[in-house]
Amino acid sequence: MTEVLLIRGAKLEGGGAADLIIDGGVITETGASLSRAGATVIDADGLVALPGLVDLHTHLREPGYEASETVLTGSRAAAAGGYTAVFAMPNTSPVADTAGVVEQELALGEAAGFVTVQPIGAVTVGQKGERLAELGAMADSRARVRVFSDDGFCVWDPLIMRRALEYVKAFDGVIAQHAQDPRLTEGAQMNEGAVSAELGLAGWPAVAEESIIARDVLLAEHVGSRLHVCHLSTAGSVDIIRWAKRRGVNVTAEVTPHHLLLTDELARGYDAHFKVNPPLRREEDVRAVREGLADGTIDIVATDHAPHPTEAKACEWSAAANGMVGLESALRVVQLAMVETGMLTWADVARVMSRTPARIGRLAGHGTPLTAGEPASVTLYDPAPTRVFEKTDLRGRSLNSPYLGRELPGEVRWTLHRGVATVADGTLLDAPGVRS
Amino acid sequence: MRHLLDTKALSRADALEILDVAEDMADTQQREVKKLPTLRGKTVVNLFFEDSTRTRISFEAAAKRLSADVINFSAKGSSVSKGESLQDTAQTLQAIGADAVVIRHGASGAPRTLATSGWITAGVVNAGDGTHEHPTQALLDAFTIRKRRFGTGSRGQDLSGVKVTIVGDILHSRVARSNVWLLHTLGAEVTLVAPPTLVPQDVSAWPARILFDLDDAIAAKPDALMMLRIQLERMNAAYFPTEREYSRRWGLDARRFAVLGTGSMVMHPGPMNRGLEISTEAADSARSTVLDQVTNGVCVRMAVLYLLLAGVRDARHASNQREDAK
Repeated sequence: MTEVLLIRGAKLEGGGAADLIIDGGVITETGASLSRAGATVIDADGLVALPGLVDLHTHLREPGYEASETVLTGSRAAAAGGYTAVFAMPNTSPVADTAGVVEQELALGEAAGFVTVQPIGAVTVGQKGERLAELGAMADSRARVRVFSDDGFCVWDPLIMRRALEYVKAFDGVIAQHAQDPRLTEGAQMNEGAVSAELGLAGWPAVAEESIIARDVLLAEHVGSRLHVCHLSTAGSVDIIRWAKRRGVNVTAEVTPHHLLLTDELARGYDAHFKVNPPLRREEDVRAVREGLADGTIDIVATDHAPHPTEAKACEWSAAANGMVGLESALRVVQLAMVETGMLTWADVARVMSRTPARIGRLAGHGTPLTAGEPASVTLYDPAPTRVFEKTDLRGRSLNSPYLGRELPGEVRWTLHRGVATVADGTLLDAPGVRS
Repeated sequence: MRHLLDTKALSRADALEILDVAEDMADTQQREVKKLPTLRGKTVVNLFFEDSTRTRISFEAAAKRLSADVINFSAKGSSVSKGESLQDTAQTLQAIGADAVVIRHGASGAPRTLATSGWITAGVVNAGDGTHEHPTQALLDAFTIRKRRFGTGSRGQDLSGVKVTIVGDILHSRVARSNVWLLHTLGAEVTLVAPPTLVPQDVSAWPARILFDLDDAIAAKPDALMMLRIQLERMNAAYFPTEREYSRRWGLDARRFAVLGTGSMVMHPGPMNRGLEISTEAADSARSTVLDQVTNGVCVRMAVLYLLLAGVRDARHASNQREDAK
């Protein structure tokens, strides 16, 4: 007996205003001046309605690293950011490389209930890059895994990569590659360039990403498989993906919000909040990934939400952990970097942050149109306000955001996960659907 | 001066002030009794996360000659992997009551993290951080060049038009970085000579000329030729094939030393690999400044500690006097 919601006057994907009626987890009606007796009315005047956001790249840290995040706290952070589904990366402890672990992850997500948690399986046993994990068992499990990744590590061995690409064709899977040549990045601390030269930090050269992407698109073409490139970060990578797509290679690519906004200049103060892998790049790379996202070369925005405890960042740069939390800020950063620059419309945002990630991950019931008969995972977003991003905006367990103290536009007003509110009137709920 | 973290941000005026105060310190070191009462009651902690006996004893001598209390804290090993974090170490020093912390650390930027973290109120002196900077080394090098060039007339002089060539592993050298910025600020013309593998990938923003050929650099008659220590483990990472080849191409051997004009001084921050990057003929010649650099290092570090710990108070005192005079 979920409540019936009547959303009044939302701009559907930024277009014309319409009303939506949501009942039983489904959009039952859309149109003008709808009414429904007993429905809870949500005044969405001025708000943009987006299909609930889908993150193809989230680190939830559980099991194993609960000091950083749990499935529950990460799910809450996701809901606060307007997400209704997240794909959980397998670099947990134990690694999600068996049917048992991915089913545990799925169950934890269901118990949390804030978002749909879709496990990603490891490509290789223990993410060691040596032999394939039981990909079929994970695909056939209750978690129905379709995305496989050794994220954090590159599937570096070209033969293992080839076999993985081929093998997952059996169940319409995709390999999501963390493109990083390990030999070219030994000890790497930040983007290799003028800033690293000055700071004396070991460089992470763009070519270490680009050479792996180039190899992988050729492998994917050769074996006719589907490849997804995680957190692409350089201008050269955009060129390679553009070239591959023109050739008809079945490749998709993602960019993170931070690579759309921040540059390696931020490393100058040695503040490890700006340490991330792949590293923040140059201004010209930021421009190139924005253009790539705008012209469709890059398919999606994914957060690479990577929570770490305070002490992992409050230390020398080279001792600090890589990664940033991003779920709570992603949509606001995309508005700043892409919408306010005129490079994406809200309909494009719906595509790159919901529809296409759901399609790449073969996740049913998400990224669906805002029309009658479709599942009611919806985000209502107010693009008007601009506020300083603060610790109170972070709703997961960790505070390692690079945006603290920075002005960001926008505010998530409502997040509805299968018709149940997780964020209501700008407030993250203590439990899904429970408003005081 | 609140901290000394790098030479990149050091202004010409501040650099000259340090060098001139170091001249005053050098004068005091000619006396029978070298010890000054200036920093009596102040505590200077030498916080060394890396072994460096030379730098540590230089700072120790500098602090003791100014009558500061010196605590040597050897904290070897990386902070996170081997126990105590930088934060805990810093807060311990704060609780002990350190007025200045001289830090040597293997991680680039660790002194800045220490200075900006809020863990500690002490002034921070960077005594070498990773492959970033080693500002007191550059200051003592500049002091040495100036002294050789201007002798007793050094005070107030900068290094305009002085040609300095630095040879060796530029990529991993904090000495090279600090010298590039400081020498440029003081008006010197800086040339860097290295195997291409040991030059950072993008040095377009550096105010220095890059050469790969040492003979070309020597033919340009530098006023100072600074040889950097080459670490043999670089061979294993394919930076150069063998030490013999390195020595042949980038070593200051007897032949090159003979070609080098008599007006050129030969510098080395030490410790030297004799027979590798520098020949004994060059190292022990009258043109070598190696031991002057060590002597001058104490004076420069005295100046830095003085400006850090006594300078602020004096400046405030002086400005109060100016206020009173109005």
